[in-house]
Amino acid sequence: MNLELLTPELSLAGFAIVVILLDLIIQRKGWLVVVSIIGIVISAGFTLAMRGNSQAIFNNMLAVDNFALFFKLLFLGIAALVILSSVDYVSKFARFQGEYYALVLLSALGMMLMAATAELISIYIALELTSISLYVLVGFLKDPKSSEASLKYLLLGAVASAVLLFGMALVFGFTGKTKLGEIAQTIQTMPPQVVLASPGLILGIVLMIAGFGFKIASVPFHMWVPDVYEGSPTPITAYLSVGSKAAGFAIILRVFFSAFGLPQWLSLNWGLIFAVLSAIGMTLGNLTALPQTNIKRMLGYSSIAQAGYLMVGLATVGLSPAADIVGRSGILFFLASYSLTNLGAFIAIIAISNKLNSDLISDYSGMGKRAPLLALALTLCFISLIGMPPAAGFMAKFYIFSAAVRNNLLWLVVIAVLNSVISAYYYLRVVKVMWLGEPVSVEKVPSSGALRLALSLSCLGVLLLGIIPGFVMKLAELAARMFTF
Amino acid sequence: MSFNYLTTIIFLPVVGAILIAFVPGLSQRAIKCIAAVFTFAALALSVFIFASFDRSLALAGVIQFEEKVSWIPSINAYYHVGVDGLSLPLVILMTFLGFLVILISWKIDLRPREYFAWLLLLETSILGVFCSLDLLLFFLFWEIEVIPMYFLISIWGTGRREYSAIKYVVYTLFGSAFMLAGILSLYFTTGSLSMMEIAQGGLAPFRIVIPVAAIFFFLLTGFAVKLPVFPLHTWLPDAHTDAPTAVSVVLAGALLKMGGYGMIRLCVTIFPEVAKAYAPFLIALAVVNVLYGAAVTLRQTDLKRLIAYSSISHMGYVLLGIFALGQVSLVGATLQMFSHGVITGLLFAMAGLVMHNVEERDLRKLGGLAQQIPIIAVIFSVAGLASLGLPTTSGFAAEFLVFVGSFSSTIVSGIQVYTILAVLGVVVTAGYILWMLQRVFYGPVLEQYNGVHDAGILERVYMFVFVAVIMLVGIYPAILTDVIKTGVMPIIHLLGG
Repeated sequence: MNLELLTPELSLAGFAIVVILLDLIIQRKGWLVVVSIIGIVISAGFTLAMRGNSQAIFNNMLAVDNFALFFKLLFLGIAALVILSSVDYVSKFARFQGEYYALVLLSALGMMLMAATAELISIYIALELTSISLYVLVGFLKDPKSSEASLKYLLLGAVASAVLLFGMALVFGFTGKTKLGEIAQTIQTMPPQVVLASPGLILGIVLMIAGFGFKIASVPFHMWVPDVYEGSPTPITAYLSVGSKAAGFAIILRVFFSAFGLPQWLSLNWGLIFAVLSAIGMTLGNLTALPQTNIKRMLGYSSIAQAGYLMVGLATVGLSPAADIVGRSGILFFLASYSLTNLGAFIAIIAISNKLNSDLISDYSGMGKRAPLLALALTLCFISLIGMPPAAGFMAKFYIFSAAVRNNLLWLVVIAVLNSVISAYYYLRVVKVMWLGEPVSVEKVPSSGALRLALSLSCLGVLLLGIIPGFVMKLAELAARMFTF
Repeated sequence: MSFNYLTTIIFLPVVGAILIAFVPGLSQRAIKCIAAVFTFAALALSVFIFASFDRSLALAGVIQFEEKVSWIPSINAYYHVGVDGLSLPLVILMTFLGFLVILISWKIDLRPREYFAWLLLLETSILGVFCSLDLLLFFLFWEIEVIPMYFLISIWGTGRREYSAIKYVVYTLFGSAFMLAGILSLYFTTGSLSMMEIAQGGLAPFRIVIPVAAIFFFLLTGFAVKLPVFPLHTWLPDAHTDAPTAVSVVLAGALLKMGGYGMIRLCVTIFPEVAKAYAPFLIALAVVNVLYGAAVTLRQTDLKRLIAYSSISHMGYVLLGIFALGQVSLVGATLQMFSHGVITGLLFAMAGLVMHNVEERDLRKLGGLAQQIPIIAVIFSVAGLASLGLPTTSGFAAEFLVFVGSFSSTIVSGIQVYTILAVLGVVVTAGYILWMLQRVFYGPVLEQYNGVHDAGILERVYMFVFVAVIMLVGIYPAILTDVIKTGVMPIIHLLGG
């Protein structure tokens, strides 16, 4: 047993329990935030201590490698920013503050496990740990909208899990293995005719794409997104749009690459599926975002579109030869940049809605005068989401698209860049309202220290990744090396 | 290590912008002074570079004041800037206008902090485009420019400013979407982002998967939106008309030139064969630009809209000069970019002054102003005459070179006919310029304009500077053409001429 390789996960689980227990004892709930952040920092420290490691533990069920490391750090960072941005929001609750922070930590734990698992059953368990924590968090407000969102998310999530399990069952039935590495070996030894003659395996793969597609909010499994985003507490919306999505991509990358990466004819097939989903997703997401009047719904549709851009990367992974590191690391870099950007946007929105109690875009009128720094931060994040320099989104798109062009996906890239132009319209509409509209009232919009810290961290990250991306690209490349055979 | 002149020039304005935006408690006057100091420093440095630029033909095509630092190693991107004969005149043009527009904007009092910050950021991004030698860096600066323009037009503009601003953004992003596709294809084909490497190596040694002509047109689309080339020009009249005066000056003066510069630097230099093959088509478009632009200009009744449309016509000469693909015509096209920048800059500044002082820009309601505002009238007329290409002004030198160059070009057969057609544009230009001057300044004196202020001291200063530059280049064009020639020579070599 190599328990020391599990220290990041174990310490995080321990801190989640400590937070719940502390909630019973202490009166000043501010300490819960401090303890949660300490837990995250310690877990990140343990994770960093394992850099360069590359081994499988627990009978090859969990992998401790650079790929997992990259995602674990990403999830811990996301969880920290979400907790910081929740402080104001949660302090309004009379009860269950400890549970809130503990659930955020537990779902982060689930995501970390998702990035590390290399076996179908533990994938499912990690996924459920993440999802169940999130189902509760979505319904935390207990008002009709929040409850509706939670129920919707739960029901659709359960269906998606069932579909995923069915897919896994088919793959297991066909190959007789649950470990990704062994599945890969079995498939590679089979002649193509055998696989094609009995479509069970292909069906299994397609069903798994459907199950994971729910997590990453890919078309056509995106129906839950706008309602759930609108109804959830805003920090949890941010968490869903970033953490849950990144975890979904992590698991897709690991499963599809280690189990179905070879032979080439198989990966060409699923690569093509992702390419088509990507083209439809970008277009649909952007077009439906255009008429939205609620900013959270708008960002919901925008995140569907962003999932589409990300799937350009998945398609590239499927279609590219194994040696192409840049193609593979592009998607990781995009996830990091997207996470920072979307978190930044949501944190600004949290700060504004704390004061306004409204998420209507028209209420953002004149925000440039009422809260210039918040408006500036939100503008920067939207510029990044459009994919314009000097923000991170530009580098991410450049990176992922250049890899796609290299792998003969020029058609998809042209669709994607034209989609970026469409998206500019609705992002800039909000920018316009903020800077050109007349303020509804002259009252300033204050923000708490924790929010300001979280916001400046994410904006700094967005600029840093946009101007000197070399460092994170290096990390992403190290992580992507797990894909080479 | 030697002093990094270009980096300093590019980033001086943005340092000023950051100071203006984030130092609390600055008075309006302090903001304007900071803006003026930083842009003047950039201007002074670029003049110094211009003076010490080595003009000898032995150094033709050699990049001077080069700086190269690794930027993103994993995709082979460099922070690589430098100037040659092509870009140097445009750098000077931008720093020159950059300083003068601060003076032109001196009377702005609506949200001055944001205004000057955006204006300075705009200058940095345009300078970056002209200096970048790395495709990614080039594209980065190219895109940054959109954001300040959007705010400048939509907040400080007039009329349908929000519509014009978003139209500008959508057109530009549409163009740059194609440009990005072009840059990515180029990067994929050659594995390099360095303009110089790609141009020198040519595309021949590479396995071409994406048709070369497609890459050429991807890039060209981006530049054609900016220049603008008919039929992608419709954003221009709106943006120009509704932009504040200083922004119109930068837009006409320097921003449009990004398109022409990009065409020479990327389209012609990297794809000489494709450029030759499609030159007849593009020259035909150039003639349409000239004649259509001029014809529409004749019909305008709004002072700023009239000048805006005249830009479309004048940019047609640039397109003609570029795709005639001859040495003289390319020199002419580059000189025309510089000259048009200064002349139209002055025209817009004067139109802005008329609008500001008279508070009217409808040509049907203006008239007889020469009596009331004589100084503005004289300078406006000088600018107008330069615009229609009167000898001793830079407009004449530039257009003459374009026409002579394209008439004698041997690359495209039948170009003489196109050139003659384009020359007709000059006649129409004379028509609309003189008619405009007549409608604004001559005719019966209108009583309601009695007591209108003429140009103040500050305005006289910048008018004089503009006119001095127009005359200097008009009388002694060699001051620029010597430099430009060193930039054009290697391209002619590539074209096999």
